[in-house]
Amino acid sequence: MSNYQGTVIMVNGPVIQGTGMSDFKMREMVMTGNKKLIGEVISIEGEVGIIQVYEETEGLRIGEPIISTGKPLSLKLGPGMIGNMFDGIERPLKKINEMSENFIPEGIGLISIDTEKKWDVKILVKQGETLNSGQIFGEVQETSLISHKLMVPPKIEGEVIRIKENGSYTIEETLAVIKDQKGEEYELKMYQEWPVREPRPVKERMAISKLLRTGQRILDIFFPIAKGGTAAIPGGFGTGKTMTQHQLAKWSDADIIVYVGCGERGNEMTEVLEDFPQLIDPKTDKPIMERTILIANTSNMPVAAREASIYTGITMAEYFRDMGYHVAIMADSTSRWAEALREISGRLEEMPAEEGYPAYLPSRLAEFYERAGYVHTLNEQDGSVTIIGAVSPPGGDFSEPVTENTKRYVNVFLALDRELAYARHFPAINWLNSYSGYVKVLNNWYEENLDENVIKLRAKMLELLYQESKLQEIVMLVGEDVLPDDQRLILEIAKVMRIGFLQQNAFHSEDTYVPLKKQYRMLKTIEHLYNRSYEIVKKGVPISHIKNKKLFNEIMKMKYNIPNENLQGIDDLNDKIDEYYNKLEEKYSEK
Amino acid sequence: MKKEYLKLDRIEGPLIELSDIEDAAYGEVIKIKVEDGEDKTGKVIKIENDRVVVQVFESTSGISVKNSSVSFTGKPFEISLSKDILGRAFNGIGEPIDGGGRIFNKKVYNINGRPINPVARKYPRNYIQTGISSIDALTTLIRGQKLPIFSGNGLSHNELTAQIVKQAKISTDTDEVFAIVFAAIGVRHDDADFFKKSFQESDAFNRVVMYINYADDPIAERITTPRCALTAAEYLAFEENMHILVIMTDITSYCEALREISSAREEVPSRKGYPGYLYSDLASLYERAGMLKDKKGSITLLPILTMPNDDITHPIPDLTGYITEGQIVLGRELYQKNLYPPVNILPSLSRLMKDGIGKGYTREDHPDVANQLFSSYSKVQEIRALSQIIGEEDLSEIDKKYMKLGKEFESKLISQDFNDNRSIEETLDLAWEILSILPTEELDRIDPNLIEKYFLNKDNGNKST
Repeated sequence: MSNYQGTVIMVNGPVIQGTGMSDFKMREMVMTGNKKLIGEVISIEGEVGIIQVYEETEGLRIGEPIISTGKPLSLKLGPGMIGNMFDGIERPLKKINEMSENFIPEGIGLISIDTEKKWDVKILVKQGETLNSGQIFGEVQETSLISHKLMVPPKIEGEVIRIKENGSYTIEETLAVIKDQKGEEYELKMYQEWPVREPRPVKERMAISKLLRTGQRILDIFFPIAKGGTAAIPGGFGTGKTMTQHQLAKWSDADIIVYVGCGERGNEMTEVLEDFPQLIDPKTDKPIMERTILIANTSNMPVAAREASIYTGITMAEYFRDMGYHVAIMADSTSRWAEALREISGRLEEMPAEEGYPAYLPSRLAEFYERAGYVHTLNEQDGSVTIIGAVSPPGGDFSEPVTENTKRYVNVFLALDRELAYARHFPAINWLNSYSGYVKVLNNWYEENLDENVIKLRAKMLELLYQESKLQEIVMLVGEDVLPDDQRLILEIAKVMRIGFLQQNAFHSEDTYVPLKKQYRMLKTIEHLYNRSYEIVKKGVPISHIKNKKLFNEIMKMKYNIPNENLQGIDDLNDKIDEYYNKLEEKYSEK
Repeated sequence: MKKEYLKLDRIEGPLIELSDIEDAAYGEVIKIKVEDGEDKTGKVIKIENDRVVVQVFESTSGISVKNSSVSFTGKPFEISLSKDILGRAFNGIGEPIDGGGRIFNKKVYNINGRPINPVARKYPRNYIQTGISSIDALTTLIRGQKLPIFSGNGLSHNELTAQIVKQAKISTDTDEVFAIVFAAIGVRHDDADFFKKSFQESDAFNRVVMYINYADDPIAERITTPRCALTAAEYLAFEENMHILVIMTDITSYCEALREISSAREEVPSRKGYPGYLYSDLASLYERAGMLKDKKGSITLLPILTMPNDDITHPIPDLTGYITEGQIVLGRELYQKNLYPPVNILPSLSRLMKDGIGKGYTREDHPDVANQLFSSYSKVQEIRALSQIIGEEDLSEIDKKYMKLGKEFESKLISQDFNDNRSIEETLDLAWEILSILPTEELDRIDPNLIEKYFLNKDNGNKST
């Protein structure tokens, strides 16, 4: 690999220009200046190349060298990623903190996953065997939860001509050598390198058919996210985007979580680092940190690396998907990523499109979200990448370019609402503006795994909420008292649903994660309440008698009072509903 | 050895351009000697081949393309700091303006700082009692938090800030030292004087460091004022182990200065003419607040910004809200009702309070009470809107109770005298007094056991069930 050299001729924040760069390749990774700042070539014109630099450029001088690395911006994918926190270009922040206390300096060079740590490797193939691309040749127990499969990198295959035995190795040691049909030899190590901007290949994409359980009622029942699907969570500041993302990272039933903090607050990443090791996954009884990878490019870290962080995250997600895992990636927030694009585009003096964003914003968003999917991997397993992107629209106005364009490429849209947030109704997901395109395809899944009537019940209860919003408009004009009793009943039931079902308390030990079964039974109970009371209201019983405060209260509190694992209380509650309305019915039919 | 360049190509606003420069570093500080004028400093903000664009800190008036000589220092913008800065006042580029001498210390600090490694941060959890009910109960300030005050022109944000400074128990432990760093960006002389006076009254004057850029000072210095102040704060917090409260006013002037320079540089504007990097730039200020795992000190940041036209969706409050950990919003309507402090609690928020209140921090009932007040007060707004239409008499019994709650909440809990310093217990007891207007079953956010313990008007609750 030959190293070319160019010279810096222009510096403008994170964008620099160099000359003598005709041998450099587009999207190649380069080392800039005497401090060897890491950058990427983003355009070439004759001798002059433009580079975006992933580190602070203060102090960079004209005439300093630009050195090529001969390869595109890539990641080392191997054991040591889980439980760790990286910056936007996969440099481990813990390691950086050991090297340079508390603050992040520039010019720390290209460090990545730990090269000194020894891992216990179990070799799964023998000499003479022929390996295909993506085939698993060994495994490492990376954490108590995750067995890290060592795969033959894509595009490489051949016969094993040398192989090590089971044992303890570092990631840099060659574990096997394979020889392809042309006679070329490849060394297989514990890690592989992969360019971040290129989607990893799969055998085939499959249809989406499974629910990503999140333990959040409004999602699992009303606006389900599917494994391999895409979702966007837009909302103004203070509406709970990050809270929702954290809840999903904590409780969704993916095997691996990649959490990308893209241009957000430093303290939020710290919170994840402090909380996650203590939270226990309900499925496995292990700390959820053992399945989580964190990527942090906080708002004050260099802007170009923020642009890269999203790709770093999705590449890691695809890598674990290729092992046959179900991966969910949370990108918080994609607006910051789009703004990074805009900032760099502005410094390149490109012609701006809407609101100063570059014209290629929609295509970049599409490229990103299209990397989600439920697939059949090269090694014949099922795996998936689910993308959940937060969007931070300026002023909470959803008609801005990032939200608008994101909407075109995602199937679940969870609109966060400022009014709900002000009233501290959390999660502040507005049930009227949100949608999920996966309800139909998940119908079979619900039928097999939960109940036949889930979709019907969902539609009925959403309809009630919709009616309530119409009625509220009237109430705002003339007051509640003038409505007929059957309509007032809808208001009452909707209130039970809002408080007892839609609101979910992330800080309550019982309510923060609710199993699907209880979610369904809860909604069913509210429906039962509605059915029984509706029958009686039609018989002319006044609403004041139908609304028994104690009973209604008990139903609203079932999320707290009935334990997730023992649903006997829900049966009792249904009996109580019957008992109360039977009595009421008797009383009135006597008259 | 040092080369001096004698000819400028262009002077426009705060920017000058030079060419034929052999060796310049991005971000480097330059010195400008002007014939029969004062020396000026500037900073390289763009290099293109041998052409360099420099942003001059002092005003560029008096500079001609021929009458000045420019030399490059080879260093980034640095200030020297020592403990002697306490009690002193500086201008936006760190030069003393109080008649005292310069600060000398071998160690100098780059005012741009460096991003804190998220791994090194300590998550803030200790609350600061400000003695102001609306803040303590509903938007609790946490040590190490960045919590801006969103205000409007003419509202009482300065008084509120002064009261916070006067009453805030930044450290509960008497051994720990606290100090205030005050950054005034483009403020009027009388506003700056008001703060100086209130610092003196709070007998913390010898623990205050001031960086002041008056409204008639050069705008390029508005960019450096908050950076000097934060660099001083970092020094005091992380090297001298002090708890620092940084007050920054007015962020709106800062952003306008940024816009002015950006337009002089002919950059592509984004929303309302502000540069596309406004978010990153503001983040480079706000994110310097926080705590570190292996340091005792802390930086709590209280920026004040006046929302142009009281519009919370304007880019300045909007981007700020996305970076800071909540916001305290002042409302014109409450101000017109003659309430002080006019904190509009519904859009106000403290993101860190969830981990710093409740049992072991403030009082066990605090989280539920705060939650209930938010929820009930938001209901009050709906009922008020309704009563505007159908009249107060026609409201239902329960709605009338909500109307009463709204009134008392504003007049008793939110409203407070400038000299009234309430403990958190007093504040929470007051909250219960107000919540007890409602029947117990309306308190859907509070744990029944807590209602049992704290609810004042038990009869009221029983009658309506």
